[in-house]
Amino acid sequence: MSEKANSNSSFLNDAGNRALIFQAVLLVLVVLAGYYLFSNLQANLDTRGISTGFKFLNEPAGFPILMHLIEYTEANTYGRAFLVALINTFVISILGIILATIIGIVMGLARLSNNWLVARLATVYIETLRNLPLLLQMFFWYFAVLAAMPHPRNSIIFGDFFLNNRGIYSPSPNFQEGMGFVVAAFFISILASFFIIRWAKQRQQKTGEWFPAYWASLATIVGVTLIAFVLSGFPVEFELPNKSRFNVTGGMVLIPEFVAVLIALSTYTGAFIAENVRAGILSVNWGQTEASRSLGLSDTLTQRLIVLPQALRVIIPPLTNQYLNLAKNSSLGGAVAYPELVLVVMGTTLNQTGQAIETIGLCMLVYGSLSLSISLFMNWYNKRMALVER
Amino acid sequence: MKSNVGKFLSTAAIAATISTGAAAATLDDVKAKGFIQCGVSQGVPGFSNADDKGNWTGIDVDACRATAAAIFGDAQAVKFTPLSAKERFTALQSGEIDILSRNTTWTYTRDTALGLDFTAVNFYDGQGFMVRKDLGVQSAMDLDGATVCTEQGTTTELNMADFFRKHEMNYVPVIVQKADEALAAYATGRCDVFTTDKSGLAAHRSKLADPSAHIILPETISKEPLGPVVRHGDNQWKDIVTWAMFVQVNAEEMGISSSNVAEIKSTSKDPGIRRLLGAEGNMGESLGLGADWAYNIIAEVGNYGEVFEKNVGPNTPVGLPRGINNLWTEGGVMYAPPVR
Repeated sequence: MSEKANSNSSFLNDAGNRALIFQAVLLVLVVLAGYYLFSNLQANLDTRGISTGFKFLNEPAGFPILMHLIEYTEANTYGRAFLVALINTFVISILGIILATIIGIVMGLARLSNNWLVARLATVYIETLRNLPLLLQMFFWYFAVLAAMPHPRNSIIFGDFFLNNRGIYSPSPNFQEGMGFVVAAFFISILASFFIIRWAKQRQQKTGEWFPAYWASLATIVGVTLIAFVLSGFPVEFELPNKSRFNVTGGMVLIPEFVAVLIALSTYTGAFIAENVRAGILSVNWGQTEASRSLGLSDTLTQRLIVLPQALRVIIPPLTNQYLNLAKNSSLGGAVAYPELVLVVMGTTLNQTGQAIETIGLCMLVYGSLSLSISLFMNWYNKRMALVER
Repeated sequence: MKSNVGKFLSTAAIAATISTGAAAATLDDVKAKGFIQCGVSQGVPGFSNADDKGNWTGIDVDACRATAAAIFGDAQAVKFTPLSAKERFTALQSGEIDILSRNTTWTYTRDTALGLDFTAVNFYDGQGFMVRKDLGVQSAMDLDGATVCTEQGTTTELNMADFFRKHEMNYVPVIVQKADEALAAYATGRCDVFTTDKSGLAAHRSKLADPSAHIILPETISKEPLGPVVRHGDNQWKDIVTWAMFVQVNAEEMGISSSNVAEIKSTSKDPGIRRLLGAEGNMGESLGLGADWAYNIIAEVGNYGEVFEKNVGPNTPVGLPRGINNLWTEGGVMYAPPVR
């Protein structure tokens, strides 16, 4: 009996065991709380006669969506509308991330420039945009800048391009037979450029001779694609935009909602990324640059081969945060009528079907997995860039 | 440990029954807190709109005030929650508000599947289109190819889609989260057409810089019976809100108004009127209210005609004709069951 008690007390005195017990207790509490919340929800939904489930996704939606990159009409289902909104959210997030990165790198470097004017301009840009609310900036671009464009009847016209307050209209390409050949040539030339870069590296390591591999591969890609395009007899026809009674019709259109959200997201996040870039570059000891110069490397090569790889280690982790912020902030786009997930699913769909729990759950799932995939990718990239200690 | 789990579970179960039980007796909740929490729009002149001092006025506001007058004898015992179209049902379902009185259309799906109960219609409306006069458009049938702005999360979105599909016309939909933003997009020329219920069009037109530069097209493309909404499952509460409205319509029919109700109560010999105004018996008892519930509604808020004239009638900035919202005896469709 006493032996048992002793072993029991020593079992409890073990820090590892105690931690396990606490965690088990916590888990039980969390599950119970979750069960309580769920059953309470069910009971409340039942007493109020609110129907539940995901059946509504197969019913016709009946409402229009301004921008759809896949075929969509009012006769399609809520599920299809969800997909349309999902694609719109992805498109704005991915384009925003690319643009914000470019803006961030350029502005970050500009703020460190020795040129007084360039550095000051970058400082003003960064400090202004970082300190104004994003929603305000979206409204500014949408209601102040883009709305000030002329009415469709007085469109600004460049050849076949129309610019007015309904968007930017351009001829839309209709691909003919033979386009497959051009696309194939494009991908083959990309593959070839990898070999060119590898060959240049190997030759440089063997002989020390330098070859402008990046320029050469760019020329290859453009050249080969162009030649294929000519050989297959220009397999593209353009549908031209035309003025109609109310709008410009035909062709392709970049709607002002999309433009406003994209500009706001990328310039806002770009300002934050610029600061990350600046911090990353400043974190690299000046001695590294001096040592590189004393080896006779040019300023460009010093930046590319010595400073940037070290700076990236500092830049990438906070950069991940900025990418996540941008993806989540795209949900503000609904405020200026950009039909992203929140507007279409948590707005219209929720209101037409009344399925609050399901629609909000879907949106949480999407933003959760979008954020997780960005962060998984960035962690993988960070690991690749991390200092390998020997 | 086991007993603790049991304790926890039973506490949880009790808490669950309390929170579900509470939903059934809105009247008790309202009496306990001393005011009605009323969900209204974020600003539609004539229906629910706040002035610069935060005082709410409008037809939808008066529906809540009438209920407060019936319960407390005080039409001011109301607190207002401005809600966007997409927030409104969740706010009511979750118990954040007691009455949703926000130009909300009574539809089949909303009444049956959303856990809502519609009470009475306080405005019969229909959807229309507004365009700039200088476009030269005279009919909604000329709108092929137009860009149309509207507020999201409404029956408007669906009716608009149905209308253009039915007539095989193309259009570009610009759907904005809030009515004010949709109106701003229309005002800046992002779209050619603004669409919502016709009463809403008139209300929103009064907010534009030059109201006379815009016309409301003659077509009415849908039926939009608007009225206060309550949660499903509380019949007593639904009856109170419903009859607060019916009393106002009956009062207009009987010629009782806020200015003569005191006199009529003391002088009338009509037993129906005496019962209604609480001079005889207690008609309020079956609703759980005092004998003078109807008297208070009429004295403090007025009859339906007064409410209409005061908020949206021809002499207000909204300037709507009485039209089908007239009494059935005057050629309209306002018809309330008798108070017997």
